[in-house]
Amino acid sequence: MNIGTHGSASSEHSPAKQLRELAARFFKLESALLVAILGAMIVIFTILSPSGEFFSSGNIRSIALDTSEILVLSAGEMLIIVAAGLDLSIGSVVVFSSVVGAKTLVALSGSPAQVAQFTYPHLALGITAGVAVAVLAGLGWGLVNGLLTAKWGVPPFIVTLGTLSVAVGLAQVITGGLNVPNIPPALQNSYGSGQLFGIPWLVWTAIIVVGILWVLLELTRYGLHTYAIGASPEAARRAGINVRLHTISLYGLMGLLAGIVGVMDVARFDTASIFAHTQDNLTAITAAVIGGTSLFGGRGRMLGTVIGAFIPATLRNGFVLIGVEPFWQNVALGSVLITAVYIDQMRRRRARIA
Amino acid sequence: MNPTSDKVLLSARGIVKNYGHVQALGGANFELREHEIHALVGDNGAGKSTLIKVFSGDVQPDEGVLEIDGRPARFASPRDAQVAGIETVYQDLALASTLDTAMNIHLGRELLVRGPLAKLGFINRRAMKRNAAEQLKELGIELPSFTIPVSDLSGGQRQAVAVARAAAWGRRILIMDEPVAALAPQQTEFVLSLMRRARDDRGLAVIFISHNLPHVFLASDRVTVLRHGQTVLTKPTAETDVEELLRAMTGIMNTEGRASA
Repeated sequence: MNIGTHGSASSEHSPAKQLRELAARFFKLESALLVAILGAMIVIFTILSPSGEFFSSGNIRSIALDTSEILVLSAGEMLIIVAAGLDLSIGSVVVFSSVVGAKTLVALSGSPAQVAQFTYPHLALGITAGVAVAVLAGLGWGLVNGLLTAKWGVPPFIVTLGTLSVAVGLAQVITGGLNVPNIPPALQNSYGSGQLFGIPWLVWTAIIVVGILWVLLELTRYGLHTYAIGASPEAARRAGINVRLHTISLYGLMGLLAGIVGVMDVARFDTASIFAHTQDNLTAITAAVIGGTSLFGGRGRMLGTVIGAFIPATLRNGFVLIGVEPFWQNVALGSVLITAVYIDQMRRRRARIA
Repeated sequence: MNPTSDKVLLSARGIVKNYGHVQALGGANFELREHEIHALVGDNGAGKSTLIKVFSGDVQPDEGVLEIDGRPARFASPRDAQVAGIETVYQDLALASTLDTAMNIHLGRELLVRGPLAKLGFINRRAMKRNAAEQLKELGIELPSFTIPVSDLSGGQRQAVAVARAAAWGRRILIMDEPVAALAPQQTEFVLSLMRRARDDRGLAVIFISHNLPHVFLASDRVTVLRHGQTVLTKPTAETDVEELLRAMTGIMNTEGRASA
């Protein structure tokens, strides 16, 4: 009864099978390649930096701290790209969340006169409400992105280009274009610059968030459906998956993560900085794509994204330490990105031929 | 041919579906009995695909009555039809190309781990692989590997995966939209044999769309012809011939007259 379905392709030494095995080996190699690239950077920078300063625990901690926010954003962006979506608005949502969170925090912690003198009688209330507002604001923007994309069928590129502009514009309106001042130093002192076992709380936050997303993507039904939607929304819908709801939830999740990053940012810098995060979207997309996530959806691994997220800060930090102009970081990063896209194209071409 | 029972499993009467100003179905009738393979034929644009999409919950009709086991049924989504025991193999396959065979067979119906983690939707890949292997073995389908994306399989192998998925989950009705249109003769014979197995071994009723009249005579118990979105003929396949079907399809002569819409 097996006519046709196991013709030459399944026999032991057919060229097709050999080709597939070769390909499988190559793709294992690809993630190995990423680890090797990052490893090589570390080794080279350690050798070239004065007295191996690059590999000191202080410097590693500093790189990890610089990467913590972008790591959270990259992990979320990667999930969206796996589902064949895109979110350009993340940086603006971070700014909006941090602004409304910081405003709430300052407003509820004490009267304007008290706050101006850095006295905060209702600090706990202020921080709780500020964090909640920031996270919910992020979630809200994410849901807006998701609803416009899923319900109206507007391409996510356009939707999030719009919210990118609106969110940061509103943040500027709220603050009059200024950073939010008078934020209680307690937030920075406890969470923003605090450590546990020598690892900053902000880095712990990133580890926990990325860990949860990793498990979500690899081990759960939610993750499987994310891949399926990216591979073919039509196939997913016909398999009984609620594609719209899933898409909305993905953008909502991304917004929530941006809200969390807004809190991290306020805690780290003790201000809601209105002019930062303009490059976050491109950095996060770059991290995902360098990590092997296909912009056409359906493919991507969290480990690759994590490595991809570490590369920019590692390059920047290393170049500074070995005395190379940091501008070269952009040149190097762009080259790695193009290489990653090239590999993805090759893979798709191979898939079509096979 | 195989004796079919007379019990009506699915009945559709006066199904109308408009897409803007274009009428895809203008009062189509269809009746599927238990344990039969029922071919659905008609020219391009006759409304065959639209009609089976109504049965599979993919399209919601504007008018008409759909009954399963004599009871009115309304499918708002593919999931509703699946719950009613109806599985569909679409013309354009509908597999998730980057997922492997086992995941595709279980997509939307994942097996979960035991224990509290199941509540969080943790999937059991090993169990799904095992179950997929069993299903494929039962249907006599052999694949080079379970763990490669289905995009790396041949066209025939992908079709086999799609059929296996439908046969694995279908409890009542298996719908196939041009299941062999893109296949080589050997693979065609195999897919047609899968259809017979679904009927004989699993007791399913099968609806299949085909452009190929020899396949209709080879594989079906009854045949229905659609023309311009309306049903023009339903007959036991053994009691008709190519000439009559062609006449019905092209409308040169109405052999049976239209059932009341």
